[in-house]
Amino acid sequence: MNRNKRIVIAGIFTVVILIYLARMFYVQVINESYKLSASNNVLRYVIDYPARGLIYDRTGTLMVYNEAVYDLMVIPRQVKSLDTAEFCRLLDITKEEFINKMQTARRYSRFKSSVFEKQIPPEQYAVLQEKLYKFNGFYVQPRTLRKYPTRSAAHALGYIGEVNEKLIEENPYYQMGDYIGISGIEQSYEKELRGKRGLRIVMVDVHNQEKGSYESGKYDSVSVAGENLFLSLDARLQAYAEQLMQNKAGGIAAIEPGTGEILAILSSPSYDPNLMVGKARNKNYALLSTDPYKSLFNRAMMAYYPPGSTFKLAGALSALNEQIISSSTVFPHSFIVGSKSVKCHPHPAVALEGAIQYSCNPYFCNVFRAFVDNRKYGTSENGYRVWRDYIMSFGVGRKIGVDLPHELPGLLPSIAFYDKIYGKGRWKASTIYSLGIGQGELGITPLQMVNITSVIANRGFYYTPHIVKTISGKKNTTRNLSEKHYSKVAPETFNVVIDGMQRVVEAGTARIAQFGNIRICGKTGTAQNPHGKDHSLFVAFAPRENPKIAVAVMVENSGFGATWAAPIASLMMELYLTDTISRPELEKRIIDGNLLKDYPLPGAELKKPALRKDSVPVAKKDTFKVVKNPDQTP
Amino acid sequence: MRKRISIFQNIDWLSVSLYLILMVIGWVCIYAAVYNEDHSSILDMSQNYGKQLLWISGSIVIAIMIMIIDARFFEAFAYGIYGLVILFLIAALFLAKDVKGAHAWIEIGAFKLQPAEFAKFATALALAKYLGQIEIKIRQLKTKIISTLLILIPAVIILLQNDTGSALVFGAFIFVLYREGLSQNVLIISFLAVLLFVVALMVEQIILLGIITGIAALAILLMRKTRKNILTVLAFMVVAGLVVMSVSYVYEKVLQPHQKQRIDVLLGKQTDLKGAGYNVNQSLIAIGSGGLTGKGFLQGTQTRFEFVPEQSTDFIFCTIGEEWGFVGTSILLFIYLGLLYRILFIAERQKSAFTRIYAYGVASVIFLHVMVNIGMTIGLLPVIGIPLPFISYGGSSLWSFTILLFILLRLDSFRTFVFR
Repeated sequence: MNRNKRIVIAGIFTVVILIYLARMFYVQVINESYKLSASNNVLRYVIDYPARGLIYDRTGTLMVYNEAVYDLMVIPRQVKSLDTAEFCRLLDITKEEFINKMQTARRYSRFKSSVFEKQIPPEQYAVLQEKLYKFNGFYVQPRTLRKYPTRSAAHALGYIGEVNEKLIEENPYYQMGDYIGISGIEQSYEKELRGKRGLRIVMVDVHNQEKGSYESGKYDSVSVAGENLFLSLDARLQAYAEQLMQNKAGGIAAIEPGTGEILAILSSPSYDPNLMVGKARNKNYALLSTDPYKSLFNRAMMAYYPPGSTFKLAGALSALNEQIISSSTVFPHSFIVGSKSVKCHPHPAVALEGAIQYSCNPYFCNVFRAFVDNRKYGTSENGYRVWRDYIMSFGVGRKIGVDLPHELPGLLPSIAFYDKIYGKGRWKASTIYSLGIGQGELGITPLQMVNITSVIANRGFYYTPHIVKTISGKKNTTRNLSEKHYSKVAPETFNVVIDGMQRVVEAGTARIAQFGNIRICGKTGTAQNPHGKDHSLFVAFAPRENPKIAVAVMVENSGFGATWAAPIASLMMELYLTDTISRPELEKRIIDGNLLKDYPLPGAELKKPALRKDSVPVAKKDTFKVVKNPDQTP
Repeated sequence: MRKRISIFQNIDWLSVSLYLILMVIGWVCIYAAVYNEDHSSILDMSQNYGKQLLWISGSIVIAIMIMIIDARFFEAFAYGIYGLVILFLIAALFLAKDVKGAHAWIEIGAFKLQPAEFAKFATALALAKYLGQIEIKIRQLKTKIISTLLILIPAVIILLQNDTGSALVFGAFIFVLYREGLSQNVLIISFLAVLLFVVALMVEQIILLGIITGIAALAILLMRKTRKNILTVLAFMVVAGLVVMSVSYVYEKVLQPHQKQRIDVLLGKQTDLKGAGYNVNQSLIAIGSGGLTGKGFLQGTQTRFEFVPEQSTDFIFCTIGEEWGFVGTSILLFIYLGLLYRILFIAERQKSAFTRIYAYGVASVIFLHVMVNIGMTIGLLPVIGIPLPFISYGGSSLWSFTILLFILLRLDSFRTFVFR
């Protein structure tokens, strides 16, 4: 009986083998799809990288373009014996590097191509190309690098970098090897700039050689270049401002009040944007990110400064509008809180206009107290709430919505904040009076300062500040840029304050800012801060009627507003409005002024990539002053 | 001298020829699978085919040595060999390094050894020795328990090494037990249980329970004459119901994620061709693209361009499929079938129960390896990494199969000397 079991077992063996034979017959002979798939395995998908959009300034000066570079690719399997010495000489690498790179490539795949050497510059490529036929298995893939011919506006333009795995996960559009904007305009206008990738499907034979396009290119797509951006930035003004700010720390923002267009925006110390490109980027990034002045930090939009006396304008306007003061209100020439008193330098007893002209601290402390402790609000808390709403309507304590990334809201203390410190109902104007003169817990960015100035220049409203004017010749509609944002102060209220600002320049604290016969309105600020010497501040707009430019200048730890900030703002306005500089001695004093003597500036040791002469922008000679890079220590 | 001559006269040359043919096919395929112009010398020891040549030479030496050893040695020391291998398995558990999640390899100098491979013939020997005793009857419960333990002990240790594939092979010994008197119901029931497990993964639990109840009701209706039958059917129904309900638990809690994925791929639940389904899909593409007659020696693009993973070990069958086509794969299957038939034939001509039982063990182990390995490459079974006998690259596997087969041939050549 057990012998029959042998037949059963043999039968099971046979049945399984027969089932397998049937399956194999189906897979190998009947089913065609596996043969098709096999051919798909030898299709190669070649990405056609689009050219990233170019960036021009408001006058048409080219600020960012693409330079062709070449990635040397290798398919290890096809590499035949080669003259290693010659090859290494062509690429300027050592033999050890060659061996390492080959091993890395082999580890990735022996049959698929990988990058052997990144970003070979055109000059080197020209030499290499002639010899490339000798080196089987190597070919070049054209890529592009960003170039910044004006070498300025580093923070505003930003930079790009290769996408990493995390980014790809978050945004499936991107693939390994793509570039993406990481900061500045490159980031906020990434969608417009990046263009559209193209794809070619080519057939390759066993030896990985291209054998023409698949299905005569039926599935191929052509890359679409990114859109060109035209900025509101004035490259000449920008570069000039950077030159004035060299060896000084701080931030500047300049706006055309009638449109909200940013004319210049900078953070100092800055750096040559070309440093953040190509092979040297990692090294340069490390140097810049560790320097004591935080060159990579965008002070114009991210640094919180006490606005000092420049803040008196918004306070005065709010009080006027609430009819707490009038243009003729006079306060005693001192402000006493308990044993402390706020004093002022000697000047005649004044009403509002004069108080602005002489920047009288007791006057504005009194205005603040009159506002916050005013009986019509019941409590100081209510008074402060109304005051705070006024200030906020100037764009303080919140993001304005500029079309650049990483904008910060600034600090405008809330009621809860003071309740926490002093207890509910246990604080009033005399506790927090320093807000009235732009000190205390206030933190305002240079961009917000210029926005307040813009509201004053427009007599009551601002357009959202923005840096991109047109995209491929069409109006920038990516954001709502045509809406007037009104402050809570009525338009007719502004004149007395503007009168005061005009007197500041004509006969007050900022006489140094006067040039030509243009009517300039400004306000100095000398802000105390816990980090050392006072900050020097100046806000201004000109001309008084139909203002063309509003500017805010902030120079860290440099002393009086009139010493540094006012001359810088004045020179910028003069260049922008008159195309000339009538005060060369003043210009020389500012440019030569070195306020950063304590530490050596980074950048001196940075290797600067030389710009190719033929690629320097088409800018007219006379519109372009020789700009020394702010990184350089004279 | 007289004795040795008789040994070589009595050797089963047909089995030896099939064995040599399979090894040659294996080496040719390994050469094709990893071939590249840079390393075209067949003696290149940096390449798998160069090393395999070394393993093949070693196998032949081992085969000759086995033929020289006294045949009675294997029966006498069957338990000793078994015990030694168990010790090695336990040692591997603690000494072995982690290779792809499994602790299966012992390193002795530059030499790597996989004790699980050698546990197969050791278990076959021990089982043969135990069941070969005259007074032993498989119908007895004690016999069933001890033989099951003999099979399960190495299997469990190997499972603990995280080498599920090798542990699975021990299931093959069910054929041996069946041949030696185990009821055919056990075979049928285990087959049904596996089938039920697979179906339970594909069909909703509730529906399946309904179907089982339906079938049971129908059976009771047809066999209502005898009370015993009804009870049997009911018992079956309850067990089947329990199996179905335990499946989701086993699937979710016992199986590891990669094992679940492989089952999902097989059942078509998962079609991720870049993830878990990659191996099987590329393997099918390679085999399928071979067509009727194949692309020819060294012309396979799928396997050689590394589209197929593990192309010289677990997925070696792809190279055969791609380069030699349906003709090649069917010839290979028939060679295996021929070898299996021959071993069964050898088994039944033995006077010694020990040799017969061992022979069934050999046939079962080889069969299971062939079934699981090829079934995986053609997408009929989940991906389980066990080698294709005599063909896959690897010293441990080739040597253990050589030992497995040649102990049988040695015992067979001795058959005329056994008079009991």
